[in-house]
Amino acid sequence: MNGKLVISSSPHVRTIQSVQSIMIDVLIALGPVALVAVLLFGKQALITMAVGMGAAMLTEALWLRRWNIFGDGSAAVTGLLLAMTLPANVPWWIPVIGAAAAIIIGKQLYGGIGQNIFNPALVGRAILVFSWGSRLSGKIWPVPKPFHFFADISAVTTATPLAGEAEAMEVSLSQLLIGNMAGCLGETSAIALIFGAFWLFYKGHIDWRIPGGYLATVWIMGTLLGGGIYINPYMTGLFHLLTGGVLLGALFMATDMVTSPVTPSGKLIFGVGCGLITMLIRLYGAYPEGVTFAILTMNALTPLIDKFTIPRKFGEVKRLVRP
Amino acid sequence: MKNSYLADITRGIFKENPTFRLVLGMCPTLAVTVLVKNGLGMGLAVVAVLTCSNIVISSLRRFIPEQVRIPCYIVIIATFVSIVEMVLQAFVPSLYAALGVFVPLIVVNCIILGRAEAFAGKQPVLRSLCDGIGSGLGFTLGLLLLSLVREVFGNGTLLAETNYAVQLFGPNFEPMRLLAQPAGAFLVLGLLLALTNIVFKRLQIE
Repeated sequence: MNGKLVISSSPHVRTIQSVQSIMIDVLIALGPVALVAVLLFGKQALITMAVGMGAAMLTEALWLRRWNIFGDGSAAVTGLLLAMTLPANVPWWIPVIGAAAAIIIGKQLYGGIGQNIFNPALVGRAILVFSWGSRLSGKIWPVPKPFHFFADISAVTTATPLAGEAEAMEVSLSQLLIGNMAGCLGETSAIALIFGAFWLFYKGHIDWRIPGGYLATVWIMGTLLGGGIYINPYMTGLFHLLTGGVLLGALFMATDMVTSPVTPSGKLIFGVGCGLITMLIRLYGAYPEGVTFAILTMNALTPLIDKFTIPRKFGEVKRLVRP
Repeated sequence: MKNSYLADITRGIFKENPTFRLVLGMCPTLAVTVLVKNGLGMGLAVVAVLTCSNIVISSLRRFIPEQVRIPCYIVIIATFVSIVEMVLQAFVPSLYAALGVFVPLIVVNCIILGRAEAFAGKQPVLRSLCDGIGSGLGFTLGLLLLSLVREVFGNGTLLAETNYAVQLFGPNFEPMRLLAQPAGAFLVLGLLLALTNIVFKRLQIE
């Protein structure tokens, strides 16, 4: 210290955590999911994920005129998450356009990392769904061929179990857990998703309230209201949890620090809201799956939720005029 | 004085462009710009109505009582809208069908009422004529740019539904359908607004 008085402005409490270290943790957490996706869908899964990540990082580097392609790592996470919401057999330009749109429209136009209102990966996906819907929904889902890395998986396609159509595969509970069913790259394997999310829980990057509220709502509404390919109501609740993008969305997308509330009760409200909208779209909407739109809608409500759930300060008797 | 007439025209196109600078008349701007043909048709219809209504309002400006000027303006504007509507219906029925309810809605277009209120109600006839042409062309320019982006990328064509229709890309091109949808209109408008702001900043036009 040399006897000098150090004068600096807050914050005084520092952490070794940085945006980059958090983003690397998220990439580690997505590792198992990516691995299972490659095991199930083979080389096309690897290509789609690599293209998505590469395009996202390149777009950000070009936009910010920065030589460091990896940067803070957030673009890599966005690109990987986007690729995980796509079928394995999409043409290469789908993840490229999606990632570029996610980075530019979803993030940089708002002012870059920390300023965006909506989850960039889901913005990219929404743009893709509205633009090239026929490539992202319907009976286009490749049936996985586990452990056949070089197999051409586009040969056999079907609807996802969630679509509830006759062509949809009959899937057992174990298949649902492992992920041996038609679907997006990152959404099929429940075990890999939960395994990866444990790393984020352990590191303290995500709070139990958002995924907890989300998954509980989906399970309760699924059990009570039915839908899907099972008759047994308990099985139906599980079915809604394990199919589609609910786990991927609840664990990795709704928990995005930038676009979700910061207050504890706000997080719970956010999670329940996501679950509610997801199930309403699934059961009564025109689309078979509603995770993307549920999370984007709740993203838009996040500032409002934060505003109304400011915790009472210790000693505060009565809440003053509502902000 | 000649310079001032020219300034009246160019002001409406650039400095006070209704679409990109004043952000007026957004309803038709967003709704009809799926194809260049519709955007251009809408823009020219507005040029016609705006020019005529500006002339009439300007020449009647000493007779219109201050308290009831808005109803008077509306009556004058509605007259010309009806004329334009009938002309479109008679000579370009396909365009008339495509524009639908947005042709009669020109009556309540904020650009036309705005120019009447802000300019034609106070200025001499010739200047009002120039202002009408300028603002109308500015609006047309906005619609044209928006519909150009939306048609080329959202439909893969140029000047579709006309005799000069061009298929721009090969048969394997899959158009970005989002841009042809209402959400895409907002997206493209936002991006174009940002772009024009950058251009105006670079050119130092305030």
